[in-house]
Amino acid sequence: MNTSYYISLITAIFIGGAAGYVGSLMATKKMSLVGDVLSHIALPGIGLGLLYGINISLGALASLVLGILLIWILSLRTELSMESLVGVVFVLSLAVGFLITPEEELLHSLFGNISAVAMSDAVAAVFISVIVFIAAKIIYSKMMLAYVSEDLAQASGVKINKYNLIYLFLIAAVVAFGIKVGGTLLTSAMIIIPAATARNVSRNMRQYSWLSVIVGVASAIAGFAVFPFLAERFGLSFVAIGPVIILASIAFFAVSLVFKNR
Amino acid sequence: MDFQDNQNLIDNKEEKLLEPAVITPQAVIVPRNPMSGEGVELILEVKNLTVSFDEENVVDNLSFSLKKGENVAIMGPNGAGKTVLLKALLGILPYSGEIKWSEGAKISYVPQKILPERNLPLSVEEFFRMKKAGREQAKEALTSVGITDERFLKKMIGTISSGQLQRVLVAWGLIGNPNVLLFDEPTAGIDIGGEETIFNLLNKIEKERNLSIILVTHDMSVVYGFADSVLCLNKKLICYGPPAEALGSEGLKKLYGEGVTFYKHEH
Repeated sequence: MNTSYYISLITAIFIGGAAGYVGSLMATKKMSLVGDVLSHIALPGIGLGLLYGINISLGALASLVLGILLIWILSLRTELSMESLVGVVFVLSLAVGFLITPEEELLHSLFGNISAVAMSDAVAAVFISVIVFIAAKIIYSKMMLAYVSEDLAQASGVKINKYNLIYLFLIAAVVAFGIKVGGTLLTSAMIIIPAATARNVSRNMRQYSWLSVIVGVASAIAGFAVFPFLAERFGLSFVAIGPVIILASIAFFAVSLVFKNR
Repeated sequence: MDFQDNQNLIDNKEEKLLEPAVITPQAVIVPRNPMSGEGVELILEVKNLTVSFDEENVVDNLSFSLKKGENVAIMGPNGAGKTVLLKALLGILPYSGEIKWSEGAKISYVPQKILPERNLPLSVEEFFRMKKAGREQAKEALTSVGITDERFLKKMIGTISSGQLQRVLVAWGLIGNPNVLLFDEPTAGIDIGGEETIFNLLNKIEKERNLSIILVTHDMSVVYGFADSVLCLNKKLICYGPPAEALGSEGLKKLYGEGVTFYKHEH
């Protein structure tokens, strides 16, 4: 257990908590599919980052912001649903990302490479997680109101389009800085699964939002806790810790199904 | 970004599919029972209001005014622009023409039925907190609509009955002590439970709080028993005035087409 291990652990804990929290809004918005697909839009940016030696989180962030703006503008200009627009931008990103990402790095881009987390990455991840958490907390009840009734929200002065855009940027930030933990494929799971777990057992918004954070954090800790045993038994490399974290969150989800409220 | 896939939204799409209509004369609503004293003070003036979607006028050159404390029922067939009118009055739809609320008008809105999912993790209390209403305010507003059980605040909003939900929405509208309430079809097929009807509830709230109420309704007993004036809308203004005058059989025919008859209930 060296320093790098603890740096990775701290990164995973903060990203896990922030992802769980923003994810709890996504699960109420029935946007889980959008979020799932959104993380892949990071791929071209990761590819470019690797090619030109730029920090891949910054590359991913740039790529996500561009993709989100594209989707947002198209959704305002056309009658197409968000799902189909995200779908188009998703395959575009996947194709471009696959072409430009060096082949030996593709697997890490898709599944994460937590061993690559440097001290600077960890600091950035902690900082971004806290910012995302605060921003999400500010817009939380307005987003929830818009989910209950768009008309009531608008009549109360909530600018729904504006909040949606802010929200998507928050997700982009979590994905960009969580990419080394879970890659583009698994980061979305860190957003969706804790919230789905919390929703099964929560009776109000307060329980729901906090439980989403707790499950996100607990999954990261549980992943790191069980990893040494799995690694010893199956000879896993440290890279595999991202997938183990996701499996831990799935385990929490399974437990929540047992206690599902009616 | 929109919420088009969201099943909880109020679906007003049919109102976009309307033909353009002709220009109407200006109308001023005269209340059946003018309020004593301050009855002449206008709280709302609407002039030449036009709301269009895709270059089709859904509300066409509508003018009317509303006196303080006056209750108006808006009637019209499906797709007549009733909900659109309410939303324009709320300022959440772009329009041309003039909508002038008097200074000090505090407007609140009660939407058509919403459909929260059963397992939506949101308690009634938290729903009120979204309008910055604390526990005591929520309790007071709920008492106004006949819900006095304190445990009700802890219930998940998706699990209460549709009648209770209707009451909650009315109570939510009362938060912040508005002096104008806009109701979108408060009766829309809902039995609000108990012996009370939505009509009794509206009367009670209006007496307690001295509000102007603008409501969209199809319920003739509400129109005759509660509204000072009725505004018939089918994109343009069809008829207006005290219900008994405005809703002669000619007025109804113009509004809903031939073959519509209505038997007036005496109260």
